[in-house]
Amino acid sequence: MTEKVGVYICHCGTNIAGPVDVAEVARWAKENLKGVALARDYRFMCSSLGQEIIQEDIKNEGLTRVVVAACSPHLHEKTFRSACSKMGLNPYLTQMASIREQVSWVTEDRAAATEKAKMMVAGAVRRVQLQVELQPTEVPVNPNTLVVGGGIAGIQASLELADAGYHVFMVEREPSIGGHMAQFDKTFPTLDCAACILTPKMSDVGLHENIELLSYAEVESVSGYVGSFDVRVRKKARYIIEDACTGCGICIEKCPKKVVDEVFEVGLGYRKAVYRPFPQAVPKFPVIDKETCIYFERGTCKACEKFCPTEAIDFEQTDSYVDLNVGNIIMATGYDLFDCTKIPQYGYGRLANVFTNLEFERLCNAAGPTEGRIVLRDGVTEPKSIGIIHCVGSRDKNYHPYCSAVCCMSALKFGHLAMEKTGAEVYSFYIDMRPLHKNYEEFYDRLLQEGMHFIRGRVAEVTDAARLPGEEGKIIIQAEDTLIGKQRRIPVDMVVLLGALQPRFDAKETGLKFGVSAGLDGWFTERHPKLDPVATMTDGVFIAGTCQGPKDIPDSVTQGAAAAARVQGMIAKGTVLIEPIVASIEEARCSGCRICNNLCPFNAIEYLEDKEVSYINAALCKGCGTCVAACPAQAISGAHFTNDQIFAEMEGLLYDVIGSNGATAKSPQPVLEPA
Amino acid sequence: MRYGYYPGCSLTNAARPYEISTRAIAGELGLAFDEVEDWNCCGATEYMSLNKTAAYALIGRNLALAAQSGMRELVAPCSACYLNLRKTDHYMKKYKPLGKVTNQALAAGGLHYEPGSLVVRHLLDVIVKDVGYDAISAKVTRPLTGLRVAPYYGCLIVRPDFNGGSSEDTEYPTHLDHLMEALGAEVVDFPLKTHCCGGHMTQISADTAYELIRRLLQNAAEYQADLLVTLCPMCQLNLDAYQSQVNRHFGTDFNLPILYFTQMIGLAMGLEPKELAIGQEIVSAASALRKIGTVEEIEETAQARRKRDDKSLPMPRIREG
Amino acid sequence: MARSEDYAPDGFLNEVIEATPGGDTLVTCLQCGTCGGSCPSGADMDDTPRRLFAMINAGMREEVLRSNTPWYCVTCYYCMTRCPKQIPITDLMYTLKRMAVREKLYDDRDAPDWSSSFVGFVESYGRSFEFGLATRYHLTHSPLRKVGVGPMALEMIAKDRMSLRPDKIKGVDQLRAILDTAKSLEGV
Repeated sequence: MTEKVGVYICHCGTNIAGPVDVAEVARWAKENLKGVALARDYRFMCSSLGQEIIQEDIKNEGLTRVVVAACSPHLHEKTFRSACSKMGLNPYLTQMASIREQVSWVTEDRAAATEKAKMMVAGAVRRVQLQVELQPTEVPVNPNTLVVGGGIAGIQASLELADAGYHVFMVEREPSIGGHMAQFDKTFPTLDCAACILTPKMSDVGLHENIELLSYAEVESVSGYVGSFDVRVRKKARYIIEDACTGCGICIEKCPKKVVDEVFEVGLGYRKAVYRPFPQAVPKFPVIDKETCIYFERGTCKACEKFCPTEAIDFEQTDSYVDLNVGNIIMATGYDLFDCTKIPQYGYGRLANVFTNLEFERLCNAAGPTEGRIVLRDGVTEPKSIGIIHCVGSRDKNYHPYCSAVCCMSALKFGHLAMEKTGAEVYSFYIDMRPLHKNYEEFYDRLLQEGMHFIRGRVAEVTDAARLPGEEGKIIIQAEDTLIGKQRRIPVDMVVLLGALQPRFDAKETGLKFGVSAGLDGWFTERHPKLDPVATMTDGVFIAGTCQGPKDIPDSVTQGAAAAARVQGMIAKGTVLIEPIVASIEEARCSGCRICNNLCPFNAIEYLEDKEVSYINAALCKGCGTCVAACPAQAISGAHFTNDQIFAEMEGLLYDVIGSNGATAKSPQPVLEPA
Repeated sequence: MRYGYYPGCSLTNAARPYEISTRAIAGELGLAFDEVEDWNCCGATEYMSLNKTAAYALIGRNLALAAQSGMRELVAPCSACYLNLRKTDHYMKKYKPLGKVTNQALAAGGLHYEPGSLVVRHLLDVIVKDVGYDAISAKVTRPLTGLRVAPYYGCLIVRPDFNGGSSEDTEYPTHLDHLMEALGAEVVDFPLKTHCCGGHMTQISADTAYELIRRLLQNAAEYQADLLVTLCPMCQLNLDAYQSQVNRHFGTDFNLPILYFTQMIGLAMGLEPKELAIGQEIVSAASALRKIGTVEEIEETAQARRKRDDKSLPMPRIREG
Repeated sequence: MARSEDYAPDGFLNEVIEATPGGDTLVTCLQCGTCGGSCPSGADMDDTPRRLFAMINAGMREEVLRSNTPWYCVTCYYCMTRCPKQIPITDLMYTLKRMAVREKLYDDRDAPDWSSSFVGFVESYGRSFEFGLATRYHLTHSPLRKVGVGPMALEMIAKDRMSLRPDKIKGVDQLRAILDTAKSLEGV
């Protein structure tokens, strides 16, 4: 039976119609291509009017296939497929020819562009006649959700899902949730106490009947597909029996081993070998750090065990594994701080009184190593002058080219806190001031009024080599005050470096585990930077918070909520459609060589021992075609990308050489010259 | 280990001690230097101020001569020559039109240089990397204990980086420090060790130049250095020959000898000062060198335990490498 | 101040960019001031490097070429190494020196003359000649102010660190041919 193909050439305004003679292509297609029942050209095929034209033709002319030569399928494949499907024509009986991205946008010569468009239409027309009806698979969506990361974004997402009645598993790498926000003292611009606004949410998470908190745990592996992910979580051994532990803290008190806390106190304070990161930790259970515990080192001590009133210490404890099945995953893994030792001219690590932003937060924090006193490295002296340096590792091609979004506001916050607590003179050295969001500009104005000094000049050097009177014993910040046009040297007691926010050190590996890619800068890639910032290219996996890019707390909360809303939508719908463009193995032809098994990037192929053949799980298969190409027996075919279909398209493209489809090669064959 | 060798104009004159001491220690360190036949001046920082292509061609002639005589590595003891040679090689490769036109000019002299055919290295890098601290320590017969040495790198050995040509940090290098430690000296880690000595500014604006020199001497003196060790003829000249001018200008009384690191290596290996052209410096090193061997090597003291009432905050960990 | 009839948007900027290897990054300058802040001689310049680039951007051709900034550049490369946009600042300074000399736009002759004298010896002998350079230059540039030079030169000669006669390479003609060809192949 011959098919009746409808061919539609889109003008896309002048995008296509400019370089390509669209009327000619339509006329040519009707006259020369076998199977074409009608061919039209129209200004905007994707518009409702354009779609209606197709639909009318399906109804009135009995079209059995549709070819739309327009933009990239990435944009409107779905549009045309659903237009056809509404008229009862299976959506997989359509084909697009991308004569915009692949022709009109890249070819200058009109004759050449028109000829190339003809080729592509010929290819699509030949192919579409070999396409067959396909039905998507409907799979159920497991209402459980996995949230990876217990910072403010993860907490927000979890609470929204849990409050809506859905079960959430939250996995957090550190002993307690809270993330970086728990380290802060105050938040800008409201100067809310960070802990005061965060801990109620942390408590909620800890107590919520719908949230299962797996803290001090990491995700080992992820397999599956949207609606049904299988996740293996490794719970690291706390050496504390959670069921017995009351959180009384005696073990911490009695522990004789004190070490520098590199994580929560950012190397500025101490903790014991058995510790809670901070007093309001959720969960309340401490953790014994195997690396520094005397018992694990030398087999002695065990003071914690001796004093624990409920026998909750268990040195024999091992890591345990939990297997979860969830429908969706939200990644909220946060950021790391830039290592300021990478910029030696700023003196961090060499000059005692140079601190990073996170270190300064800990100084200000009342539960911090100095109980909230802003003091120098000697732990005692209050600074009389402080220099705050913006853009340390940010906006710098030598380190990170991007702007870290929060530092300018941090500078204002630090300035306020420093002046309030110590009365010190505070100098901010900036390139641009970026108070972008609600009430941020007003906060800048407030600091101007409070007498903070602003010097527009990126700091060249921070040094202790005194040169001028008044510099002896101080740290000197040298910069050009660009608004004056002169070099200045400002002697200060303390320097605070606003280090860049950067992706977690293992972000790339983590992303790979979940099927999420990281961009050039290392931040997770969203599906669309403007219109879809929380979804990823992997269905069912979402990203929220700073793991997607540097942002402040309100934006992290917003993204956490957005991701939760998307997940709720999926759960409410109950099922999700899996594209039928998958590979399948013809059992009769399969010899069981298993070459395909390890090639599959999605682990969708398994070997059936009893039948001695391989089998593809259609729900896991993403239709990449690797196995199709690799099978030496050609036993695997890819739906919608069969060999016949692909060869047909190629023959269509080469119509002027092959000519066997009835298209007569008209005079002269233009040679497509490279630009 | 054989290397192509480009001494540069200074080493034949103002920095003769650098040349002499380099030659004196080379054999002992297993290094053989083949001087580029009929090499010409690299143009320092002057030629490029008046010419572009001609400046690269001027330097290019040396690269071409070295490459054509079969050398693979070209070693320059002078930081400015080192920079010029490496920059020309790097730019000819990176900026194709510049490379093309430079070779067109070289062709007029029957020469050609394919950028990337030579690896240009500073003498310090060769000694530290190819010979190594341990090998050098093993050859030390007269450890420089008692001597407080301020290692002064200057600019052009560490900057610009040209994509990792030098493995030294551009702001806080440590190879020369470690080398001096390997010789047994006490190294003074003074903060201005990569600050500019002023280069040719002594001829352009004495005020500017003397101030730059003064800062370096001042800082080294504050850190109680007995002498400064350099690896660049210009730095040595400025700090040494102009020291008295600086003293006169500012009313200071610096008396800091400036020696080349090759001279220090030679001393530690037991060579006599005369063999190393020590004595040709303007500010005499004699009194400083008398300190060698006056102090017993101090053993490492055990790390002090934190006192009970010590409120100080821990310093950040420096990540090495 | 740039007069409106002199204002040719980007004309001077493009000229400077084209004459400098890698100069195209100059358009990405943030005016952050790292170069101006790092410059060892910045305090003595008419304009800091950063301000000079703003002036180039504004098309202030004559003011830029008359500025003493490039002549005070010590080519320490701090600016170029630290520039967050990786602009080849030191090379831009070289370009401005060449342009200033070509058009004789400098108020203070000292630096250009020093370079010229140096270049003269290199082109004659293939090597630099310090003694000749010092005598020729200082005797023609405020000799009475150069009180310390004489004694210093004598000391250097006494320590066998300065020859009274120039070294000469064998391939002077070859070098001359190369340099002449190079000069004919470009303007600056």
